Amino acid sequence: MKIGLFIPCYVDALYPEVGVSTYKLLTHYGLDVDYPEKQTCCGQPQGNAGFEKLSVELAERFEHNFEGYDYIVAPSASCAAYVKFFHPQILEGHHPCTTTDRIMDVVEFLHDVLNVKQVPGKFPHKVSVHNSCHGVRELGLSTPTERMDYPRYNKIRDLLQLVEGIEVVEPERPDECCGFGGMFAIEEPEVSTRMGRDKLRRHEETGAEYVTGADSSCLMHLQGIARKVGDKMKFIHAVQILAYGL
Amino acid sequence: MAARQFNEDADRVAHHDNTFWSVRQKRDRMAGALPEWEELRNAADRIKRHTVTHLADYLEHFENNATKNGVHVHWAKDADEYNAIVLDILRSHNVKKVVKSKSMLTEECHLNEHLMAAGIDPVETDLGERILQLMKLAPSHIVMPAIHITKEQVGKCFEEKIGSEPGNCDPTYLTHQARLHLRDNFMTAECGMTGANFGIAATGDVVVCTNEGNADMSTSIPKLHIVSMGIEKLIPDYEAMGVFQRLLARCGTGQETTVYTSHFRKPRPGGEMHIVLVDNGRSEILANEEHWQTLKCMRCGACMNTCPVYRRSGGYSYTYFIPGPIGVNLGMLKDKDMNYHNLSACSLCCSCDNVCPVKVDLSHQIYRWRQQLDAWHHADAMKKMMSKGMGFLFNHPSVYTGTLRMAPLVNALPSFMTDFRLNAWSIGHTMPQFAKKSFHQLWKEGKVKK
Repeated sequence: MKIGLFIPCYVDALYPEVGVSTYKLLTHYGLDVDYPEKQTCCGQPQGNAGFEKLSVELAERFEHNFEGYDYIVAPSASCAAYVKFFHPQILEGHHPCTTTDRIMDVVEFLHDVLNVKQVPGKFPHKVSVHNSCHGVRELGLSTPTERMDYPRYNKIRDLLQLVEGIEVVEPERPDECCGFGGMFAIEEPEVSTRMGRDKLRRHEETGAEYVTGADSSCLMHLQGIARKVGDKMKFIHAVQILAYGL
Repeated sequence: MAARQFNEDADRVAHHDNTFWSVRQKRDRMAGALPEWEELRNAADRIKRHTVTHLADYLEHFENNATKNGVHVHWAKDADEYNAIVLDILRSHNVKKVVKSKSMLTEECHLNEHLMAAGIDPVETDLGERILQLMKLAPSHIVMPAIHITKEQVGKCFEEKIGSEPGNCDPTYLTHQARLHLRDNFMTAECGMTGANFGIAATGDVVVCTNEGNADMSTSIPKLHIVSMGIEKLIPDYEAMGVFQRLLARCGTGQETTVYTSHFRKPRPGGEMHIVLVDNGRSEILANEEHWQTLKCMRCGACMNTCPVYRRSGGYSYTYFIPGPIGVNLGMLKDKDMNYHNLSACSLCCSCDNVCPVKVDLSHQIYRWRQQLDAWHHADAMKKMMSKGMGFLFNHPSVYTGTLRMAPLVNALPSFMTDFRLNAWSIGHTMPQFAKKSFHQLWKEGKVKK
């Protein structure tokens, strides 16, 4: 099985260790993992701001970069969701969208395709799961709290619970938005910050040492908010926990 | 959006947020108690899609049946025509005072102002609406219009306007005062007006849902009853009504049903009943390929209650009289130049899409509106510059990797240089730190594969 690693722009620049953990974990399971070097971004920041049409060339490039891979795996739920659900409409009339069926968030891939039952890491800490909106409501990483679908599940939680020594908890209002929303954080800074503070407080109330999730962009937002007020909460991507010790 | 001011009072934000979150929780409990919940939503979606896309047929059917029942049916193509029709009916009956049960359509058409200018007194009888009317304020939510007003404010208002005891803001006392005040108005009005939650094509019936029984009071005493109804309120029959009846109150307020569900079929003996069917832009919405689904909305307010942005912004931060996700979309359909600022009031969390009982794709519609702003010259200059810059950067991989190599230098800037007011991110956040080496660099240097 040939895997093309998609390391979204902000993970590339700010959280390369998340990319490294993803690579290590996937190769740990014996997969052939490659990183096409000409990749950049999925186009989501521009699209959410109202400039989707600027991303045609970007989406075409994405198609070419990831030709020939069985799966495209990304450690960022929101970016994976953007490729899956928005690239087809961006490319309409320009190029067929073949990546929509092959793109997966790393959590989704480990849970659904590899059906992982054992993980290498040990992590003797209490972690609070941050269920990111696009992971939950677009990719279906967990049952959205609004929906009455059964049985209810949470793929991040399922995977984390395989880690030796870990204690996994979730905050009250487990999938309420943290207020990042890309350009939203810049356009509506007061509301965005308030949402982030509320979310951070709920994570803290669980007594967890770490906030973890499948989307570093939400974690970046929460970390920025925490540090602004001198809060020491630690943030870590779920894949870093799963690959801990590799 | 004007949410900055609302956020200056952190306690008020907390109160507003908790109030509406508790309604969302009640909705969750109600929804969770019905194993067939998602099937009900699917059914409601299908019924509304069908009815809205066959509206002309159902409207004709509805008009025929209502007319057979002895009801006068009127058609209004816009707000002006609607206001004129209502005024005409009231004048021909020599009406001086109208008691009204809550109707967002009359807000949409500014009926009250129109009536007052003609010397007719429109008295709102929904308690929340009456409080707002006495305070000369607009609703901040479509189902709980005055929930942002405190009991102290109500006490003060009642003291000034209806002569309640000075300084008494006990809710039971105030409710009793409101009851006495409204009873007087019910007894002396010559006309009762209601909205319509549903119009039933198969029978010509109009169904009105209230918790206070004020629709029944408004129609039981005056001999003249005028129903104002948007043309999208139609559903085919009582079988469909069963689906919506089960969804409406559970979604809107977390009740199994509203306290009163009033069915009106024909005028009372010796009375008169009129139904005014209002288009006011709805036909145009129906022809709008990207946004026609907003016509499925039954105004339960669930999208507002779940919206994390609405809960922390309040209804008055929006420029349209209907706030929250559905209001952002309806406002754009009504007047995009007036209301495009509301489009930023969405973090695209998609919660609204999942609570909506008729499955309107609310957040995706907001995303689609944003794509059109640039063509209308309403795009924010900063966003456009940033998006173009990102477009350039991301379309040129060599520039992208070159830039990233320089990025860690930004970390070295003292915080006063990145922490200024114009940089909106810095209002609530510290800047993220660029890694010394990007993943790309690490990969190129062979440090990922070991």
